Parts: sequence; structure tokens; C-alpha cells
Amino acid sequence: MAKQNEIKFLTSQRVEKRQKKYCRFKKMGIRYIDYKDGEFLKKFLNEQGKMLPRRISGNSLKYQRKVSQAIKKARQMAILPYVTDLLK
Amino acid sequence: MFLPGDWFNLLKKIMATENSLQSYELMLILTPVLSDEEYKTTQKKYADFIKENGGTVIHQDAWGLRSMAYPIAKKTTGLYFVMEYKAPSDTNAKLEIQMNRDEAIMRHMVTRLDKYAEAYNLRKRNKNATTENAS
Repeated sequence: MAKQNEIKFLTSQRVEKRQKKYCRFKKMGIRYIDYKDGEFLKKFLNEQGKMLPRRISGNSLKYQRKVSQAIKKARQMAILPYVTDLLK
Repeated sequence: MFLPGDWFNLLKKIMATENSLQSYELMLILTPVLSDEEYKTTQKKYADFIKENGGTVIHQDAWGLRSMAYPIAKKTTGLYFVMEYKAPSDTNAKLEIQMNRDEAIMRHMVTRLDKYAEAYNLRKRNKNATTENAS
């Protein structure tokens, strides 16, 4: 039986090392998320104007909550749309 | 662990927090049919209202005409007005009655600001002031 290091591959084996996600607010030291800044909040929305989940944005729970509050306020004041197509 | 003196201090602290003013931020969307003068008088009206009720206006920011993300009251644009102020806690209820009565206001929102929000707004203002001076 061939040992592990003796096995030869025709094409080099690709091992994808994904970078670990991080909370940008914790990293950058942002303590307050402004609901008036629509352009910034668009980073956390998909094309339909829905909020991105934590598993994609990488936010910590504390800041995801603040982001969601800010987005909902912005929607109330018509800075961001509730529903749309092709936001970006 | 609580000595009578501590209780007194605690009570004083609670009284102080009750009397101290909380920071708020008011955002209004006014109908775009208002003239410039009416827009200014409306801004002044609410700034004066805060002052009359024992508050202080920290900053006023008139965004002017802005297109909205979705139509409100069959209008696609609105006159935005943002005001940061400190006021006693019973002011907002009175303010809301006034705002509901006002025909010019399409939508209003009062946000309570924490200390980080105040710092953020202050920094943003200073930044804007320096860029204006430079240009």
C-alpha cells in the first residue's frame, strides 16, 4: 500500500485557505452606526434591499443588532427602500 | 454594605440623572411644496419649541430637497431636516402632538442618542467645518 507522501497527482492539489471573517466594527473601533448614512448601510444589504445575515457579513451579534436598527430607521425615513430590484 | 450616607448619595445620583437632559435627534420629512421661507419658519418653529420646553438645540442641519427611496403621500421628494438637541424627557411627547398636527410634516422620527452617537455627530460636524473652511 502506497504511503500518503508517495501518491502523485497529475495536477497540483489545491487547498483553499479561506480568510477568517471578522467584525469590521470591532476591528475598526466603530461604536455608533449612523442611520442617516445610507451609502454605508448599503454594504449590509443585498440587491433586493434585504439585510445580509451575520454568516455573510461577519458582524458580531452586538453590531449586527445595531446595523439592523440603523437600517430599519433608515427605511422608515425613506433613506433606504423596503423592497427594490437592483439596488447596486 | 450600605450605610445611610451611601443611600443618600445613591438617591442624589438618581435625582441628578433624572434632572439631567437626554440627547435626542429629530428628523423630519416635510412636503416638497413648501417655499424656502416656509421651510425656514418650520425649522425655527421646532427649534424654538425645544428652547421653550427647557431644552437646548445643539445643531441644526437642513438637508434640503432629497429624493426618497419610495413615495410617501404620493410624493417622491421631500425636504429633510435634522436637529440634535438636549431636552427633558417629557418634551418629546409634547413635540409629537405638535408634529402630528402639522400638515407640512410627512414623517418624523426622534432618536435617542447615546454617548457614542454624540461623539460621532460632534466629530462629523468638526470634519465638515474644516472641509468648508478649506474650500
